[in-house]
Amino acid sequence: MSHAAITELKTIASTRNPGVALDIPWVRSIQSNRSAIERRAATLPARRTVKKDWQAAWNLKAISCIDLTTLSGDDTESRVRRLCVKAKQPVHPHILAALNSPRLSVAAVCVYHEMIAAVIDTLKNTDISVAAVSTGFPAGLSALDVRVKEIEYSVSAGATEIDVVISRRHVLESRWDSLYEEIKEFRHACGDAHIKVILATGDLGTLRNIARASLVAMMAGADFIKTSTGKEAVNATIPASLVMLRCIRDYFDRTGYKVGFKAAGGISKARNALSYLTLVKEELGTRWMQPDLLRIGASSLLGDIERQLEHHLYGRYSSENRHPIS
Amino acid sequence: MTVRDNFASMDYGPALEDATMALAWLESNDNRFGHFIDGTFTQPSRNFESRNPATGELLAQVSYGVTKDVNAAVSAAVNAQEEWQKIGGAARARYLYTIARLLQKNERLFAVLETLDNGKPIRESRDIDVPLAQRHFYYHAGMSQLMDDTLAHRDARGVCGQIIPWNFPLLMLSWKIAPALAMGNTVILKPTEYTSLTALLFADICHQANLPDGVVNIITGDAQTGETLVKHPNIDKIAFTGSTTVGQHIRTLTAGTGKSLTLELGGKSPYIVFDDADLDSAVEGLVDAIWLNQGEVCCAGSRLLVQTNIAEDFLCRVRRRMDRLRMGSPLDKSIDVGAIVDPVQLATITQLVNSNKSGDIYQADIPFPETGCYFIPTLISGLEPADSLMQEEIFGPVLVSTTFRTPDEAVQLANNTRYGLAATIWTENLSLAFDIGRKLATGVVWLNSTNLLDAAVGFGGVRESGFGREGGWEGLEAYTQPRQRTKPYQPIRLFEGSRPPTAAVDRTAKLYINGKQVRPDGGYSRNIYNSTGVSLGQVPIANRKDIRNAVEAAKSARSWAQTYGHSRAQVLYYIAENLSARADEFANRLNAFSGRRQGASEVQASIDRLFTYAAWSDKFDGHIHDIPMRGMALATREPVGVIGAFCADDVPLLGFVSVMASAIAMGNTIVLVASEPFPLAATDFYQVIETSDVPGGVVNILTGSHRELAPHLAGHLDVDAVWSFSSSDISEIIERESAGNLKRTWVNLRRARNWMQADAEEFLSAATEIKNIWVPYGS
Repeated sequence: MSHAAITELKTIASTRNPGVALDIPWVRSIQSNRSAIERRAATLPARRTVKKDWQAAWNLKAISCIDLTTLSGDDTESRVRRLCVKAKQPVHPHILAALNSPRLSVAAVCVYHEMIAAVIDTLKNTDISVAAVSTGFPAGLSALDVRVKEIEYSVSAGATEIDVVISRRHVLESRWDSLYEEIKEFRHACGDAHIKVILATGDLGTLRNIARASLVAMMAGADFIKTSTGKEAVNATIPASLVMLRCIRDYFDRTGYKVGFKAAGGISKARNALSYLTLVKEELGTRWMQPDLLRIGASSLLGDIERQLEHHLYGRYSSENRHPIS
Repeated sequence: MTVRDNFASMDYGPALEDATMALAWLESNDNRFGHFIDGTFTQPSRNFESRNPATGELLAQVSYGVTKDVNAAVSAAVNAQEEWQKIGGAARARYLYTIARLLQKNERLFAVLETLDNGKPIRESRDIDVPLAQRHFYYHAGMSQLMDDTLAHRDARGVCGQIIPWNFPLLMLSWKIAPALAMGNTVILKPTEYTSLTALLFADICHQANLPDGVVNIITGDAQTGETLVKHPNIDKIAFTGSTTVGQHIRTLTAGTGKSLTLELGGKSPYIVFDDADLDSAVEGLVDAIWLNQGEVCCAGSRLLVQTNIAEDFLCRVRRRMDRLRMGSPLDKSIDVGAIVDPVQLATITQLVNSNKSGDIYQADIPFPETGCYFIPTLISGLEPADSLMQEEIFGPVLVSTTFRTPDEAVQLANNTRYGLAATIWTENLSLAFDIGRKLATGVVWLNSTNLLDAAVGFGGVRESGFGREGGWEGLEAYTQPRQRTKPYQPIRLFEGSRPPTAAVDRTAKLYINGKQVRPDGGYSRNIYNSTGVSLGQVPIANRKDIRNAVEAAKSARSWAQTYGHSRAQVLYYIAENLSARADEFANRLNAFSGRRQGASEVQASIDRLFTYAAWSDKFDGHIHDIPMRGMALATREPVGVIGAFCADDVPLLGFVSVMASAIAMGNTIVLVASEPFPLAATDFYQVIETSDVPGGVVNILTGSHRELAPHLAGHLDVDAVWSFSSSDISEIIERESAGNLKRTWVNLRRARNWMQADAEEFLSAATEIKNIWVPYGS
């Protein structure tokens, strides 16, 4: 596609990705050279850094993109309410005031279906989204009907975002049409709720599979493609994310639709989050650094960012116990 | 900019590396430096300025080296050399290890100083230059430790003059000094006038490492200083990295002096992208290929060759990537492209780009620094090979491109250059990658990666990119020499006479070119007499046109290089077989030529020599270097190409056979000028060749005057190497004339060789070039 054509496509209004027909030749043509990708991933954090007021701003931006998450077998309503209160007030007000920060909350709270009601109750009158993991999370191996039903239940319960898991076996067996149909069906079940498609990149074996799965998910109408459930042996990595971001760019170039990116699993330090922000800025540009196109799924990340912000303001390294837990 | 503004813009903001420590180091030296000679700094004198190209600010005053300084440094190095060699590899290893450690302990100081002095981004000096410099000292500390075991028959060259460029000052210093010191040499290093400072800091490190005085000497100055060093009679070896023009000049200056020479020169390296490549990764590679160090890299992938069917898509991705480059203060940690080293270089780049009227020019749409010495990253696409920017080295952040349709066309375009330093290939098809990699005329090939460098892997070029390798086992050759005593080689004169031949039927010796016996172009012959003055026959007097014809034949027989070692061995065995069948005849003839009785033993040695090189044909393997990454660097041995050789005069058959067999065993084709006093041994021999399945053009034989033919053979631009074992005084003329295309030379400087010894590795090594193919992998 020519440079001019891409510029023209960029002017198309940012609408929700409706998906496109499955394009198998495109899927098959994708190449991902692991060494080169790892090299880019390894050098990127050394090529870009943000300091001082910029670092503070980037840390705040990271917070605004967080899907604050609890996905434990021992989740209870009280636990989830505590999380939601933190979601509304992610940083101590005196720190935000001192930074002259814009109004700040996380992007979403992400829970299992049974916790949706508690989240909605606690988050009413906020613009924080309610996200539910679904479709037999994390393995996605329950009956297809059941998985689709699960989405419908969560949507009716009030979830506005659904994080679905794909059938990894479709990727591992190169059944791209099955994968496409499955995600399409999920998307249909979501209705107006946004769908984040979890690729579980740690399960897919190769970077090329990650690329192909990314493309198929977007063709099937994903609003976001997401790295991991947080339950795989390997969760979000920079190389896997780089592959996904490049697919998002290719998809945008060919269709004009912007698809969001969510990194999840293992991002617990502010500097990791900033690496992901840098990666997104370098590969996709600043437009993709907003919560409508970028999410970071995390639980303990917020605490580390708070400490960094306090250090930025007062020049002293901070301590965990000075910041309210979620 | 408030936090709120930054939150809205999500810009990077400035992230300046603190230069305080580096500036303090300069101040602690009063911002004035002398030379480092015999372990101490001299009083600063004849100062010139060293400036920061990003800001124009004065960093220091550096001394201008003149003859007196060079003399002092050379005598210090000469005095120190014997003891430095004598203390042994293990003792030297400890010094090199200490230097490596000290470089590491002071890594940020070196990085910041390099960036201040050169203008390169701190990210690169910090993450590339300085770590690689350390790595070279660690690696060669190991080589030093192992030298006594692994290089038992080689010694140091002696005193080395080393001249380095401004693009990677500390790194080039380490490439030069580490192997030299490891092998027991002492050095005089001259950095360029633009970038002397890290070399001076390195001198400080040598002092801290308690390195014996005189082992490392550093003289600052300009090209004139360098020339003084090159000409100094007590220097044994010159190593130069820089432009091809200066390299040619140095080749001329050192001709016939016996100074060993290695040259690492310019390039216009191809960057080949096939349609099945990971395009985004190939684009990212291009950033490292041509925008690393502002494109001021000898091996920069500056010539993009992209397959036609993806060209538009790929170039579009390149342009978009260019718009994300960040240009500005080199001390900023988020800067990709820093300052051009000096206004002079900026003017050169600007002039080259402005003079181009072809193709489509795209310049990165990014903020341009208001002051300082900068050039905007530029892509000029749609050029053709005949456009001068496709041929000329720009040495700046300027990429030129064209397209190809087939793999063969990619190779043809890639090799259409007088240079041959490096090449990059992007494809997911391994069989395509290796096929192209082997066909490219370069010293380095990177598969799906670019500008990878490591101490374990020899770096250097072919053609006018110079000769010699730096790094790896192959790099040690430049700093060692075979341990052998040689005697002067007295000129061996033709016997004179007047008596007619005794044979019943005249036998006409001819030249042997392209598999045919041909009469000489000039139409002259001369009589060859035996020791009693009886004519043995006539031989043709070859002239420059015969050289032209022979070289043309040798060139057109280059498919010999694609034959297998096993097949070449079969041909050599067959030659031996046929020579053996006529052994008595050859022995008698040799005795008749020389009037001595060594004929039989020379024939047997020649048969043995043929067997030796037949044996080596499929055994002179390359190796796989251990590199600090997931991948391999394959050091492959490739034939040099067309070799011209002046055969030994005293052993007309054995000298001829040794040269011919070693050259063709490795896949070279050859033009041999026979022993001048006893040429009939060679002309008799073509009958053996004719019956031994040697393809036409692989071996070509001329007879005539070595002195008259030397300039024409050494000057021929289609000849890749010239060897001389002649007793005539032609070493200087050969080395001087070789400068035209920087062909490899191996001359005897009129020292005799004991031909009864094979010394096969010396011959095989001269008959091959090492090409390193980097193969990163991953599933």
